[in-house]
Amino acid sequence: MSVYENPPATASVQSAFWQGMRDAAPFLLVIIPFAMLFGVVATEAGLNILEASLYSVAVIAGAAQFTSLQLLSDGAPVFIALASALAVNLRMAMYSASLTPYLGAAPLWKRALIAYCMVDQTYACAVVAYEKNPDWTLQHRLSYFFGVVVPICPFWYLMTIVGAMIGSAIPPELALDFAMPITFIAMVAPMLKTLAHLSACIMAIIIALSFAWLPYNLGLLVAGLAGMMTGAQVELMMGRRA
Amino acid sequence: METAGAINRGDLWLVIIGLGLGSFALRFVFIGLIGNRPMPEWVLRHLRYTAVAILPAIVAPLVAWPAATGGHLDPARFIAAMVTLIAGIYLRNTLVAILGGAATLYLMLWLVG
Repeated sequence: MSVYENPPATASVQSAFWQGMRDAAPFLLVIIPFAMLFGVVATEAGLNILEASLYSVAVIAGAAQFTSLQLLSDGAPVFIALASALAVNLRMAMYSASLTPYLGAAPLWKRALIAYCMVDQTYACAVVAYEKNPDWTLQHRLSYFFGVVVPICPFWYLMTIVGAMIGSAIPPELALDFAMPITFIAMVAPMLKTLAHLSACIMAIIIALSFAWLPYNLGLLVAGLAGMMTGAQVELMMGRRA
Repeated sequence: METAGAINRGDLWLVIIGLGLGSFALRFVFIGLIGNRPMPEWVLRHLRYTAVAILPAIVAPLVAWPAATGGHLDPARFIAAMVTLIAGIYLRNTLVAILGGAATLYLMLWLVG
């Protein structure tokens, strides 16, 4: 096959940005209730609106924010609150590693900005899109990533403020607690194209359920690592056979 | 006036700043420090499976033991998760799978409460 006969079907860099915004839009259903809830819980814990919103701006990580705030309200020492919440956030280092092959060539300040905006939802969107579009240039990937950020990070701050101001969260009858599982399943399912991907996923689920008793969300890390090792091993075995 | 159990302001700011810096460090450690340097093939092979391992591992306990139903398996949520999964695998379309899962969830909640 000649490299000349098939020029890559690259969409424009701007369209990657819009695609990122569209792909991330369903996550508003996750971000809005979760951020509002943080605002509510923070004001109930005695934080003012400025404190609650700076919490969200500095950290942008729901589970870690809830963990640390809960521990502080319970009177735990600062060190315990910090260490527990950082343990909850250890998965972010895995996201960072996972996106490095795609975005490592960007200038340092852009990588720093990407790192700041790296949350579950931006990571999930980016990695799915990068895998699906191997012909994208660095510019496309950056543009897509920042498109994804638009409906996620600003709404995280904004809805924290709204929650803190109105003091009430979205009623539980709307079942938006389940928006996160549905959106993540819908993103991962189309990626299960090879036996290696499927094995990684199944192993991660089994380990996540068996090690859910570990404190500080550490079961998640064990499950993630076990799934990655499984995927890599199955890929090697299938490659040898081929 | 100091209410019982009020959070000490110094502690609060230490946690906000410390957690902000610490979380940034975790997010920056690989993409920032490795950048464009080549990584060994075995590392890349493992990283290819990060998403299909960690995202299901986040979701699995939320499906098996939803906090909204007191940590008990909930038929509505479980079936909605399965519909989303099957739709996603067969249709390979994330948005359709989300809509299918959401429709199933509300239908099931309406049917079984």
